[in-house]
Amino acid sequence: MNASINDSPAQNTLYDERETLERLRCFLPCQPPLKDFIHHNPLHGFQGLNFEDGLVRASKIFGYQLYLPLEEYRSLYSSGRISRSALEQVVLEKHPGTRFEDWQDKLFCRQYKTSFHVRIGSLRANWKRFYKVDLDSQTHPALFRILSSYLDQGVATWRFPVDPEGFIGSLRKMEQNGLVSFFRGKRASSLLLNTSCEIKNLLKTIVGRPALYSQYIFDQQFAHPGWSGMASWIENNAGSLLLERKISLQQLIQFELLLEIDALDSHFGHAWLPLGKHVKTVPEDIFAPVEKTELDQVLAIWQNAFEWTYYDRALTKLSRYKDKNGQHDDKSHQSLFCLDDRSGSLRRHLEQADPVCETFGTPGFFGVPCFFQAHPGGSYTKQAPAQSKPTHLIKQVGAAQTRKSSLVLPTGSNSLLRGWMISQTLGFWAAFKLVRNIFRPESWLTTPEPVKEQDNASYLTIENSAAYPPENGLQVGYTVHEMAECVENLLRSIDLTADFARLVYVIGHGASSVNNPHYAAYDCGACSGNPGGINARVFAWMANHQKVRELLYKKGVPIPERTQFVGALHDTTRDDITFYDTQSLSEENGQRHDHNRKAFIAALDLNAKERAGRFASIDPKLTPQRAHQVVRSRSVSLFEPRPELNHATNAVCIVGHRNLSRSFSWDRRLFMNSYNYASDPGGKVLHDILSAATPVCAGINLEYLFSRTDNLRLGAGSKLPHNVIGLLGVANGMEGDLRTGLPTQMTELHDPVRLLMIVEHFPNIVSLVIGKSGRLREWFANQWVHLVVIEPGSRAFLRFKDDGFVAYHPSTYPENVLEP
Amino acid sequence: MTYFITLLLLIPLIGFLTILMSPAQNELMISRLVFTTMALHLFTSLAFTAFRILTGGQPLASDSIVIFSSGSFEYAMDFLVDKITLVFLLTGSVLTFVVTTYSRQYLHREEGYKRFFYTILLFYSGYNISIFSGNFETLFIGWEILGMTSFLLISFYRDRYLPVKNAVKVFSVYRLADVSILLAVWANHHLWGTYITFEKISDYQLVDRQLQTHNLIGIVVSVMIVLAAAAKSAQLPFSSWLPRAMEGPTPSTAIFYGALSAHIGVFLLLRTWPFWQHQAGIRMLIGAIGLSTGIVATGIARVQSSVKSQIAYASISQIGLIFVEIAAGLENLALLHCAGNAFLRATQLLVSPSIVSQRIGEYPRTQKSSSSLDRWIPQRLWTALYMLNLKEWGLDFFMYRYLWSPLKRLGAALGFLTTQRVTLFFVPAYLAGAFLCFNGHYIPLGLRQWLPTAFSFLGLIMAIKSFSERKNVWLSWILIITNHFWVALAVSFNESVPANQLLLYLSGVIFSGATGYWCLSLLRRYERHIGLGQFHGHIRRHERIGIVFFLSCLGLSGFPITPTFIGEDLVFSHIHQNQAFFAVFVSLGCIVNGISLIRIYARIFLGPGMHSQYELTYRSS
Repeated sequence: MNASINDSPAQNTLYDERETLERLRCFLPCQPPLKDFIHHNPLHGFQGLNFEDGLVRASKIFGYQLYLPLEEYRSLYSSGRISRSALEQVVLEKHPGTRFEDWQDKLFCRQYKTSFHVRIGSLRANWKRFYKVDLDSQTHPALFRILSSYLDQGVATWRFPVDPEGFIGSLRKMEQNGLVSFFRGKRASSLLLNTSCEIKNLLKTIVGRPALYSQYIFDQQFAHPGWSGMASWIENNAGSLLLERKISLQQLIQFELLLEIDALDSHFGHAWLPLGKHVKTVPEDIFAPVEKTELDQVLAIWQNAFEWTYYDRALTKLSRYKDKNGQHDDKSHQSLFCLDDRSGSLRRHLEQADPVCETFGTPGFFGVPCFFQAHPGGSYTKQAPAQSKPTHLIKQVGAAQTRKSSLVLPTGSNSLLRGWMISQTLGFWAAFKLVRNIFRPESWLTTPEPVKEQDNASYLTIENSAAYPPENGLQVGYTVHEMAECVENLLRSIDLTADFARLVYVIGHGASSVNNPHYAAYDCGACSGNPGGINARVFAWMANHQKVRELLYKKGVPIPERTQFVGALHDTTRDDITFYDTQSLSEENGQRHDHNRKAFIAALDLNAKERAGRFASIDPKLTPQRAHQVVRSRSVSLFEPRPELNHATNAVCIVGHRNLSRSFSWDRRLFMNSYNYASDPGGKVLHDILSAATPVCAGINLEYLFSRTDNLRLGAGSKLPHNVIGLLGVANGMEGDLRTGLPTQMTELHDPVRLLMIVEHFPNIVSLVIGKSGRLREWFANQWVHLVVIEPGSRAFLRFKDDGFVAYHPSTYPENVLEP
Repeated sequence: MTYFITLLLLIPLIGFLTILMSPAQNELMISRLVFTTMALHLFTSLAFTAFRILTGGQPLASDSIVIFSSGSFEYAMDFLVDKITLVFLLTGSVLTFVVTTYSRQYLHREEGYKRFFYTILLFYSGYNISIFSGNFETLFIGWEILGMTSFLLISFYRDRYLPVKNAVKVFSVYRLADVSILLAVWANHHLWGTYITFEKISDYQLVDRQLQTHNLIGIVVSVMIVLAAAAKSAQLPFSSWLPRAMEGPTPSTAIFYGALSAHIGVFLLLRTWPFWQHQAGIRMLIGAIGLSTGIVATGIARVQSSVKSQIAYASISQIGLIFVEIAAGLENLALLHCAGNAFLRATQLLVSPSIVSQRIGEYPRTQKSSSSLDRWIPQRLWTALYMLNLKEWGLDFFMYRYLWSPLKRLGAALGFLTTQRVTLFFVPAYLAGAFLCFNGHYIPLGLRQWLPTAFSFLGLIMAIKSFSERKNVWLSWILIITNHFWVALAVSFNESVPANQLLLYLSGVIFSGATGYWCLSLLRRYERHIGLGQFHGHIRRHERIGIVFFLSCLGLSGFPITPTFIGEDLVFSHIHQNQAFFAVFVSLGCIVNGISLIRIYARIFLGPGMHSQYELTYRSS
């Protein structure tokens, strides 16, 4: 062999399996199965770096496209969506000492080469180069099929013979049957049966040079990031699948290596040399430092200018804020909403429909992190932000089983004889229903949870009692003290500790859509992609509890006896609200509730009308009521891939008083968390708010951002060809990898800008607060989220930059520019 | 009456042409055109059916429309309407109407909105031609259109790897079915010695008389029909193409592979039933294929963890049963079953995204396998059966091993054929052949009868080399053209073929070949890479060249847009009954040629392309 192929001893010890897998896990997509879709930053592995550096690295290593194409920025500029002043400002800020003129040519005219060498995959490309074999096309179909059958959560009628030993263990057991083998040749089979399949040993056969092992594994796994990410997620979140499966990234790699050995054996017999013998030099480490090109700099300038053009207008709006004297003595009601942008627009319409009401925003789990079990013996859903670990379980008892078994996708239709019956009877019936849905959409499929008429008769185990033993390490229900604490914390965080109206609504949100595998992405992000109605209902129940009220009184939050809390669920797709437990309202409150309900209905109509403006297929001249009807029928239409536009265009999060933002329409781009700096001089509450709201909002924002810029790799592509795999994820066609991220239909209208977090407080306190935890600080210090502070009193804007605050003066615009 | 048929055939065709002409950005206009076309068609179909029922519904055949005739050869279009036609017409019309209406909104803002609808309408035109066809030649026209539009819809997402790869795969199976029909036409020609329609073969006396004297050739015809039906309806051993065809948008998948396309094999069997009903062996063959497919496919369906492939295999297993019903002579049941299955599967596919919200709530569920079978079978056998199903009984591997690999290996053995050598060999050899052809007296008598076969074999070699060529697109293209020339030469040896017939055959070849060549040269001017080693995706930048090139590919493969289409038929008509090898070589050449052409088109114009650098690392998207 060629002398240059021998590696030094140092190189030979380079491979550390644990470290490689750990690192791999960092960069693989971290997306849970479809049922609990949680928004997260797809580049979480790069979050330790500054935003721009992270993007450059991610694109050079993994080939992602993380900015818009240069041409698109240029056309945004010519259409006025990027302002000259923002552009100039960004250039001077990023490149002090240069003049704007120096950049003009680069920004506006110069053409750049957009394709470049991507590091991932370069080692394994040698299979094609030297061996003339397309290894992926030989191994992927079998690998995906076996993996998805093992992990399947309920598509197949015959279950995989799962062995408690885990993935490899199950496969080994099956391979032992001796009649049929997973492999074509003998070698891979006997490796599986007779050895422990150490990755190292398998790699020795395939690659043969330890210096290349680590990169080989990266190349191999990033050829199907969807499945690898899923395996890694399941490994890290044991117990979260409905049908438990034991799999690890390691086992996935082991099996894939076996398949590769088998494919090579069947192609070349045993006479093939490991890949390392053909690769002359060790390729550059994929994680070696990357070089920032001029194009990267130009794109970063454009991106920042795009962002600041919008932020600038947003901040100008805030500077025009008029201190409305919103303190009415007799408020009609107070409503607590999720901080979600979609709830935000409803709040605005509600305030318009009923000027004497007051609204608040807070993360939609309403300070009640818990697991929820809808039916006895059923699975748990997590009703809390993704990063939290709830310790309580709420169970629903006595709920009617409303679920009809499906008429259209009956499992029997796979069978020979039942299928024979079904196709000649149900087949015609199905066609009839289909024709009906096309002309008069109405739901005839089982829809996801939130739309089902929530059963008011059911009972939730909210209060812990001796009768409830802990289940799976979770306490069933809350004690009175815990309840009081939950209620107090939430009310303090939004500064609602006095002046209670007679009715306080707690409104979670969820979404109902049919024919939509990504339905969970439409639900509440603060409830891990579940509808937040349960939390609202639980919170209202707690706050109505007599003993809790007594404790709260002692803690200085006196809730008058006449005040009652009402839980509710806002269906963001249909724009309908369901109120819970209204039968327990007092007579007077009942009347007031009837009155308030009218305001809610008017607000919902207006909100639907506002949303309808974005749907091309809806006539903009419709009355709010008609528009609402159209929006509703859209939600049950089988052929509507955009039942709602979700968080598209989200851009700003305000942590402060509602009065700040009340005067303007924000076009559904705003997350709002109620907060009063005056009642929180030390910033303790602010820390809680930011710790909960930042990951949720930034997760949503960055997932939309990168799904928009790189819909091929970080997004899920068009929804239309999606095929549901094992109820875990979607793929294109039968042999594709799982697609992570958001489909085009959700992101196409999104303006990819980072989140601007606006906090109303003194800068020194904010510094202190975000310095408290490294994870929180990372978001702002590395600029994955922009931060601007509004200083109380002076009302000056201060921008967080390089660990300090600098003053920011928004440009002046005429009023009509601000209000669209 | 014929007026009705003409109307039903023309409506989708006119719809196709108007959409083709309308601007791609105007979604509303396209959407309205589609809706009008399909509503009109549905209405006419309903009226037609009602009319047929009221007037007693006797089978009705139109007069032959002779398109080309030369000597004893006659090429004509014929139409036939009976119960079978009506069932397929209604099913197709309702489903296409529903699916296009569904897609008008579903595809909103999708790139290729226009492309989607005109392909669907073209497909539907082909479907109508097939179901109304009154002879094999007409059926073949529709059949070819179905195959081509299938290719276009599977590769609807033409800049992605898997759709394009699978489209080529499916096309090759379809091509096999096409050529089976072509061979059936050839055999028929010798069986009857005259022009024949479906109407005539329903005359039992006539068929019986012919089969008595030509038993063997009767079997050949029937086997070819069964082969074509099995391939198109995804029966064993071809089943694995159907789930892999599900790469396009869900509605197109639903209508093609859930419903109409997959059932067209059933139509072929029902249509030719009078012909083979007295051949017990053939009926047993159909029954056996159907039954084994039914059993195998239902097993595979049960272990599928992806919803679309599950529906695909479930559908295949029902089609298997339909085959059994047809073999048993239960025509009415088969028709009912066929329509029901088409409706059911199309609907299931359309609502398949709902499965997550439906099934996820069906808990609590235990881990037990929901089959009663595993209680009766020993664990070891059960596991083996499960694994066998998981591996799809090796069906996909089977196709790879027995369809692709031999061709590739054979092609590799022909590696010595370079452009230069091909020219050096081809020109003198062909000239010599042509010389001998006109001066027959130089040929030793014993050799003469073998020459056509030998030349057709040379043609086949050219086609195979063209298919397996991995780099040089020019070589591949020229080889395809030479294949046709060899075939023409071979036929001329057989008997004195009138020059006008040869010209008819070669005119399309020369024209399409030259156009394609010109497209490639034009493309070469803009793009550095146009080899066959990988997908290039040039359609993104050079849409027009791509379209013209695609049309030349079609022309060269004998698609009914050039006279070559009729010429192909003509060529076959000159192959004698005792020249089975000759027929086999020519038809194999035809298959390989078609696949090779589509492959060239796919490699150069489709796929992830040169402009995205990620082909290797991210092909699963």
